[in-house]
Amino acid sequence: MRTDCPDRPHFRLPNGGEIVSRGHLACPGCGIMPAIRFAMKVLGRRTVIVAPACCYAVVDGPFPYSAAGVPFLHSAFEAAASFASGVRAGLDTTGVADVTVLAWAGDGGTFDIGLQSLSAAAERNENMIYVCYDNEAYMNTGIQRSSATPRGAWTTTTPKGATKTERKKDLGAIMAAHRVPYFATATIAYLEDLTRKFAKARDLGGFRMLHLYAPCPTGWKADARHMVELSRLAVRTRVFPLYEVHDGTRFEVTLDPETAPLRDYLALQGRFAEMGDAGVAAMEDEIRDRWEILQRRAASSGRA
Amino acid sequence: MTAPQAAAREGSAAASTRILTGNQAAAYGAYLSQVQVVSAYPITPQTTVIETLAELYRDAPWPSRFVNVESEHSAMAACIGASMAGARAFTATSSQGLALMHELLHWASAQRLPLVMVNVNRALAPGWNIWTDQNDSLSQRDTGWMQLYCESNQEALDTVIQAYRVAEQVQIPIMVVLDAFVLSHTAEAVSLPSPEMVRAFLPPRDPPFRLDVEEPHAFGGLLTPDHYQEVRAKLHRGMEDAIPIWGEAERSWEAFTGRAYDAVVPYRTEDAEMVLVASATVASTARDVIDALRARGKKVGLLRVRLFRPTPHDALRLALRGIPRVAVIDRNISYGHHGIFFQEIKSALYDLPARERPGMFGYVTGLGGRDVTRGVILDAVGRTLSRDRAEPETVWIGRKE
Ligand SMILES: Cc1ncc(C[n+]2csc(CCOP(=O)(O)OP(=O)(O)O)c2C)c(N)n1
Ligand SMILES: [Mg+2]
Repeated sequence: MRTDCPDRPHFRLPNGGEIVSRGHLACPGCGIMPAIRFAMKVLGRRTVIVAPACCYAVVDGPFPYSAAGVPFLHSAFEAAASFASGVRAGLDTTGVADVTVLAWAGDGGTFDIGLQSLSAAAERNENMIYVCYDNEAYMNTGIQRSSATPRGAWTTTTPKGATKTERKKDLGAIMAAHRVPYFATATIAYLEDLTRKFAKARDLGGFRMLHLYAPCPTGWKADARHMVELSRLAVRTRVFPLYEVHDGTRFEVTLDPETAPLRDYLALQGRFAEMGDAGVAAMEDEIRDRWEILQRRAASSGRA
Repeated sequence: MTAPQAAAREGSAAASTRILTGNQAAAYGAYLSQVQVVSAYPITPQTTVIETLAELYRDAPWPSRFVNVESEHSAMAACIGASMAGARAFTATSSQGLALMHELLHWASAQRLPLVMVNVNRALAPGWNIWTDQNDSLSQRDTGWMQLYCESNQEALDTVIQAYRVAEQVQIPIMVVLDAFVLSHTAEAVSLPSPEMVRAFLPPRDPPFRLDVEEPHAFGGLLTPDHYQEVRAKLHRGMEDAIPIWGEAERSWEAFTGRAYDAVVPYRTEDAEMVLVASATVASTARDVIDALRARGKKVGLLRVRLFRPTPHDALRLALRGIPRVAVIDRNISYGHHGIFFQEIKSALYDLPARERPGMFGYVTGLGGRDVTRGVILDAVGRTLSRDRAEPETVWIGRKE
C-alpha cells in the first residue's frame, strides 16, 4: 500500500501496521471500514472501542469473531457515550489510564436516540474520542430516515413521493455549543486531513469528537465504486465541509478544494432521483446558507 | 457532624455503632466495599444513598470515580462500562429510574457483570407516588438479577457487602431492595463493621474477563441461534449456583459479625397450623402479630422471604411443607393474576406430595405506601383461619370499598 500522499509529498499516512483485520462483513463500498481502519492506525493498540447498535456493530463480526484488533464493547443503541464514560472511569480506577476510549457510533445513535447521553458525556468533558460515522439514515434496520438524513432524500420511511422535507441537524453547532475541546469533520477521500484530525484528537484530552462522512452504497442506491468519489464530491460541493472547532469557539475550515456542481454529487445516488429542479435549488440554497454560517464563524474565530 | 463525617474521622476503628437511615446504611455498605465507580441519578427516595456516598468521599476520598450522569439509563450504562473495565461499580435507584434502566438490566446480567444496585421500593406512576411498594423491583423479576429484600437498616448495610462478595463469585448482578421511607428515611442503630473486617470478607475484585488491550476480545456482539441459548442457560445455572454460595457468604459474615439472615427466615413456624409469608418491613409488623397470637395460644408462624431471585426452592419447601395453611402477603400485584410472591411460592410448593402441600392463601395490600398495619395483617390471619380453601379471586385487604 502507498503511504505517501501524491498531492502532498511531505505527508505520509500513518503505517503503524494494520490493526483492523480483513474478514469483516461490511458491504462493498461501505464507508465505515476504511475510516475505522485509518483511525486505528493513528490511535494504536492501546485503544478500547465502544460501539452501539449500528451497521458497524454487525460488520465487525458475529460471536466469536471481531475484526477490531482491540477490545470491543458492544453497547445499547442510545448509550454509547455512557458506556464509554463507564469504561473510562473503570480503566482510570483500575490503573490503566493511558488507554484511549473510542466510541464509534452511527448517525442514528448520535443525532437521535443517543443525543441525550452524548450531550451529557460532552458536558462532563469525559476523556474519550467519540466518532459519529454518518451514512445519513438508519442503515442497519433497512434505510429509515434519521435526523441526519438530508432534505429531499429517499428512505423507506420517507418513501417515493414523500421524500424527507426536514433539514439535517447541524451536529457541529450542537457540539460547539457544548464547548467540547475538539470537534472535526472528516472523510476518507481526504485521508491526510482525516488522519491528522485523529492524531490531533489523540493528543488532546477531554471530550473529542469526529464527524465522519460515510457513504452507504446500499442505502444511497449508489455504486460501490463511487464511495471515494462521493466522499470527495461531498466536500467539493460543500454538502460536507471539512472543518474543525477548538473549545467550541474557534472554527477553522481545514480544506476547501475546488468546488463542484451539486448535480454531480446527486447524480451518483438513486436516493435523490426524485429531486426536481426546485429541490436542487433549495438544497443549493441550504448549502450556501450553511457555508456562509461556517465562514462567519471561522472569520470571527480569526478575530478572537 | 454528620454520621459519614464521624465515621470518616474515626478511620479504620473496630466495629462501631451509628444511628443511620436505611439509605445511609446502604451507602456505608458500598463505601466499606470500596466501590471504584459510582454512577447514579437522583430520585426520591433513593437520593440520599448517593448523597451519603458523595459526603463520605468528600470527607475521606478513596480511589474511586463518581460519574454524574443525566439519567438512570446512563447510570446503568456507565456501571456496565466500568465493570467491563474491571472496576467494582455501584448504583442506586427507585421506581421510574429502575423502569428506565430495564433494557440495561438485561444487559448487565447477560454480560455477567457483578454490579450491586440498591433499589428503594417506590410505587410507579401515574399518580405520582413516592411511597413504598414492590412493583418496581418485581417488574424486573426476569432480568437475570438476584434480588434480596431487606427488613432493617443493619440488614441493608450487611446485604450490600454480602452482595458484592456473591456477585463477584457467580458473576451475576444483585439488587438489594429497601422499603421507601420505612427503611430509607428512618434511622436506627446500625453496627458498622471495621474496614479490616470487610476487607477480609470481601477480597478485591478479580474479574475473569475484562476489556484488556493486552488480550483483546469483543463483548456483546451478534449471538446467533447457534449460541444464544447456551449462553442464557449458563446464566440460569449461575443463578442456581448462587443459592449455596449465598449461604456460604452468610456463614462467613456471621463468623465476622455474628449476624446472619439467610434466604428465608422462619419465625415460630414449628407446630404452626398457619404460616404467614411476608417480605421486607411488612415482616416486622407480622412478627409482632404472630407474637400476640401465640400469646393467645394460636399456632401461627411467619416466614420472611429475603432472597426472591434465585428462588430458594429447597428452603421454601423445607420451611412450609406440611403446614396446613400458608398465607402470603404481597405489597405488589401482577395485574390480572395475583400477588407476585404468592404465585412464586405457590409454584415452588406445587411439587410437594399432596398431603404435605399447604393450602395457599394470597392477600394483596399496602400499594403506594398504604400502611400495612397489625389490623391488616390480623385480617389476613382471620380470613385464612376461617376458611378451608382460599377464595378464588385475588383478595385485597386494607382497601377502602
Ligand atoms: C433501543 C433500540 N431501538 C431500536 C433498535 C434497532 N436499531 C438497531 S441499529 C438501528 C439503526 C442504526 O442507525 P445508525 O445509528 O445510523 O447506524 P447505521 O446502521 O446506519 O450504521 C436501529 C433502529 C435498537 N437496537 N435499540
Ligand atoms: Mg446511519
